Amino acid sequence: MANNALTASCSVRNFKKIDGTRPSVKQGNARLNAVLATILKRLGLGLATLFVVSGIIFSSISMLPGDFSEAVLGQAATQETVAAFRKELGLDKSAPVRYFEWVGSVLQGDLGTSFSGRNASGQDRSRQVSDLVMPRLWNTLFLAGVTALIAVPLALFLGLTAALYRNTAYDRIVNALTLTTISTPEFFVAYILILFLASLWPVFPSLANIDATTDLGERLYRVALPALTLTLVIVAHMMRMTRAAIINLLASPYIEMARLKGASQSEIILKHALPNAWSPIATVIAFNLAYLVVGVVVVEVVFVYPGIGQLMVDAVTSRDIPVVQACALIFAATYILLNLTADIIGIVTNPRLLHPR
Amino acid sequence: MSEQPETYTAAAEVGAVRKRRTRLERAGLLLKSAPPSAWFGMIVVTLYILVAIFADVLAPYGEAEIHPAAFAPWSDEFFFGTDQIGRDVLTRLIYGARNTMGIALATTFLSFLIGGGLGLAAAINRSWLDQALSRFVDVLMAIPSLIFALMLLSIFGSTITSLILIIAVLDSTRVFRLTRAVAVNVAVMDYVEAAKLRGEGLSWIMRREILPNIMPPLVAEFGLRFCFVFLTIAALSFLGVGIQPPTADWGSMVRANASLIQFAKYDMTAAITPLLPAAAIALLTVAVNFIVDWFLQKTSGLRDDK
Amino acid sequence: MTNEPDASNEILLEMRGIRIDGYSDEQWHPIIKGVDLTLRRGEIMGLIGESGAGKSTLGKAAMGYTQPGCKLTGGSIMFDGIDLAKASDREKRKLWGTRIAYVAQSAAASFNPAHRLIDQTVESSTRRGIRPDAESRADAVELFRALQLPDPETIGSRYPHQVSGGQLQRVMTAMAMSPRPDLIIFDEPTTALDVTTQVEVLAAMRNIVEEFNTAAIYITHDLAVVAQMADFIQVLRYGEEVEQAPTRQMLTKPEMPYTKSLWSVRALEKPEVKGEDIVLSIDHVDAAYGPLKVLHDVSISLPRGRTVAVVGESGSGKSTTARVMTGLLPPLTGTIMFNGEPLPPALKDRSKDQLQRIQMIYQMADTAMNPRQTVETIIGRPLEFYLGLTGKAREERVIELLKMIELDGSFLDRLPSELSGGQKQRICIARALAAKPDIIICDEVTSALDQIVQEGILKLLLRLQKEFNITYLFITHDIATVKAISDEIVVMFEGKVVEQGLKSEILSPPFPEYTQLLLSSVPEMDPDWLTNLLAARSA
Repeated sequence: MANNALTASCSVRNFKKIDGTRPSVKQGNARLNAVLATILKRLGLGLATLFVVSGIIFSSISMLPGDFSEAVLGQAATQETVAAFRKELGLDKSAPVRYFEWVGSVLQGDLGTSFSGRNASGQDRSRQVSDLVMPRLWNTLFLAGVTALIAVPLALFLGLTAALYRNTAYDRIVNALTLTTISTPEFFVAYILILFLASLWPVFPSLANIDATTDLGERLYRVALPALTLTLVIVAHMMRMTRAAIINLLASPYIEMARLKGASQSEIILKHALPNAWSPIATVIAFNLAYLVVGVVVVEVVFVYPGIGQLMVDAVTSRDIPVVQACALIFAATYILLNLTADIIGIVTNPRLLHPR
Repeated sequence: MSEQPETYTAAAEVGAVRKRRTRLERAGLLLKSAPPSAWFGMIVVTLYILVAIFADVLAPYGEAEIHPAAFAPWSDEFFFGTDQIGRDVLTRLIYGARNTMGIALATTFLSFLIGGGLGLAAAINRSWLDQALSRFVDVLMAIPSLIFALMLLSIFGSTITSLILIIAVLDSTRVFRLTRAVAVNVAVMDYVEAAKLRGEGLSWIMRREILPNIMPPLVAEFGLRFCFVFLTIAALSFLGVGIQPPTADWGSMVRANASLIQFAKYDMTAAITPLLPAAAIALLTVAVNFIVDWFLQKTSGLRDDK
Repeated sequence: MTNEPDASNEILLEMRGIRIDGYSDEQWHPIIKGVDLTLRRGEIMGLIGESGAGKSTLGKAAMGYTQPGCKLTGGSIMFDGIDLAKASDREKRKLWGTRIAYVAQSAAASFNPAHRLIDQTVESSTRRGIRPDAESRADAVELFRALQLPDPETIGSRYPHQVSGGQLQRVMTAMAMSPRPDLIIFDEPTTALDVTTQVEVLAAMRNIVEEFNTAAIYITHDLAVVAQMADFIQVLRYGEEVEQAPTRQMLTKPEMPYTKSLWSVRALEKPEVKGEDIVLSIDHVDAAYGPLKVLHDVSISLPRGRTVAVVGESGSGKSTTARVMTGLLPPLTGTIMFNGEPLPPALKDRSKDQLQRIQMIYQMADTAMNPRQTVETIIGRPLEFYLGLTGKAREERVIELLKMIELDGSFLDRLPSELSGGQKQRICIARALAAKPDIIICDEVTSALDQIVQEGILKLLLRLQKEFNITYLFITHDIATVKAISDEIVVMFEGKVVEQGLKSEILSPPFPEYTQLLLSSVPEMDPDWLTNLLAARSA
């Protein structure tokens, strides 16, 4: 039986014999310190990751093939124009120097200058990357925000109910539907929605073209289909993960104990499961919001929505590296930030950290 | 009182003895117990594979053969009509099965070769190699893989080789994590320690003690990774930075014919045309998922994540 | 606690013809096959049986509860006039936690990590309004005091992870007792504890159940433990009742052969022989896992052809000692001598011949064999690796080895999953034997096995020792096993050797303090043992 595993196999963690009293003075302080220390450690790790990621993104420009200047400027570019362009890129300086200059200017909001708009004669009509990115970033955040507002509560509700009524017809149907949605490419969902809701029955526009002057109501109307597409995809993922997390939680021995203590189903959920569920739920939400940020790329292209995802795809096609870099950095930072938030929620709701020995 | 013997003999102790069966018999029994969803999955996957293998025989026209009529409607001559520059849609669909699946499969294999090999090595070594690889993978995974792929493609260009390499390397991070995790669980088992005490070399321990015991989760993961890779490549092609024309591919076919959806009111078949390759993608991934679901239930109980 | 059952008391619980099926491998299998059980008010019943006997399932069924994956297929469960087999969930919930309480095996996992102990203790009482919340809390403190928990006033404000396993188990008893139930189900409550902790918890539980005259079902696989707790004992095997009798009668005059066999290991005793020729010794060894030092100046020598038993509780360093000998954990300081020559401290520096001569058998035979290899491969590999046997010669030798361990050639192509627990351990013995070793290190090799199987394995080991003059290092926490097999004993505590010498010397007074505590804490098959021990200790 299990006890023998405990007594015999000599594992390090069994070593401290713990019986007797423990000092409970200064507990409040110790608690704060433990939580704070863990959070700071996690923040530091997040920053370090961001730093390394920016390094990777930056070094991509060093991997450019040698003839890149010609590709941007055209075959007819003169020696001087090419040299000037190389100087502008800073290729005459060493890589570490360039990296720190780049990081410095990114921190000041300067993302560099776009490659496009240049030509062989040395004429330069290129635009600042930040001017290109910023308005589109807001558009993307708007779309993602609208989606999250619908998708997160819906997915949590579906996941929770599927876990509670598991192995019922409801659970099976929801499961089969979500499995199908997950396996489907976003653009398929998008075009099906367009087919039915824009083409056959024109309820919503199939193009989500908005600009700075569009008012909120009109904006909401135009992003309806992209938001709906994203919602369908996200809800499926999130619902399955929520369900798994809750089922995992409900299998704990302390839940069985609560049942044997006569707790009702609602008491078990609210009092015994929920306080331990914040961390897994936060992880699920963060994971899916991060997924949402990526899913945005395809959906923006389908609906020609002027967001950062479409900008990035266009930049990739035209190999406009500074724009690609800026977009990648923004996506990666969002991703890291979301995961960081989930981890911190996990830390501040963990009783073991809140109440150290 | 039960029928147990009252004097004790070791050989008579009850063990759950299974009937001896050949591999073929066992496979047969396994198939018999498969639920309808798994059957559906297996049939679909088999059909896809057959179409991919016999694409040359099945396709009515050449892969890049251009006919005078662009956007021709469905007819006996062009079963699903023609695309924007007059290529037969059915032919492109059939060749697309070969190209898209082939590239996804090659990518997944490569990704398992890299991720699986390094994961195993890290699990056994557990020292600087493990630390270095794990940290490196953490950083790579901090960048969303589609975004990372887009960035790398903008630098290296969208050739099939770079596509396979980039996605395989990015995807191998996940394979690495899984392989390492399951292999670490096996590597702490007493029988691995027993092999070490016997004096067995690293290669024996890897091949004979660990690998056979981590195969089921790896096989299941292969199915899931294949789906993921397949969807990623389809998405990239759809975005125009994946598989490039004239190679037939489902993702780019959707994009090229997407404008036809607007005509749904006038010609439903035309509106469906761009959805066909998208449906082909969805059908395959659903089918593979069904098989993996069943396989996981068979081997290790529940599969509930993702 | 050893009163004869008093037939005049009112019947509290009466289970008739209980049948429970469990779901596995996609079909339903019977787990409980028609068991009857009667319990009167204030009685304590011991439910014993080996793993898989269905005792835990039956214990939970007494509450009208079946685990997910199990279902009640027949029988009635009359609890004070209510048939729990037919009662609705709502009706059962009213009883659970108030009139019937449950104490689980793993206290650490069964407390909710997010709530304070006191809140969990009074939860049931407060929910059903047994008494005002404040009174329940005051009462809980009194229960903590009665259960001899340290700081009874404040311990309730701690969280589960802040107190030790033995304390948690007592808090759980307080939790069960808080609403003053008519019946408590104790489901192996001390199994996960060390012997010295177990004594304290047993005493506390027994006192409190006696004080409130609560009826209880005490489930365990340990006869000596149940003898201290129960008025009468019911023995289960394969989901059926074997025998039922008052405790004293059951201990002195068991009727059924199976029940008799449960006692047998205690009867096995090996006459000790002093050994002269030292085959392996470790001298002044210090060892550590990273910064955590676990062995302090340990010296042990193994005489050829003898058995040295190392006893101690978890964390005493007995398994670490084995790891040092095998080379898995090179010591920080100290030497290892083998056949008069120094043995390289690290595994990788040892020669094939040296490796061959020291073999190891593990506690969990399940994890000690590769589940994907057949018996032939498992036993055959050392033959091939050390002795170069292949093909027919290898197969013949494997069959020979199988016969030595009382199995036969029909086992050749079986997988570990197709063997019983005892057979698995025998295969592991054969694998060790295949290398023709001088020394076999046995790490708790019998503690995962049922009593009757233990006896078989111990007898086999003794016979093999005689035949091949093998030396055993026998690590265990079970004193009965030590008596059965050892010539010499080493007692370890917190990484140090407390005492070592011949069995007769160690097991007879005068004892050093820790040996005394350890030996006296091992429950004996005497219903008065706990009472006498507590009296002796408080004196």
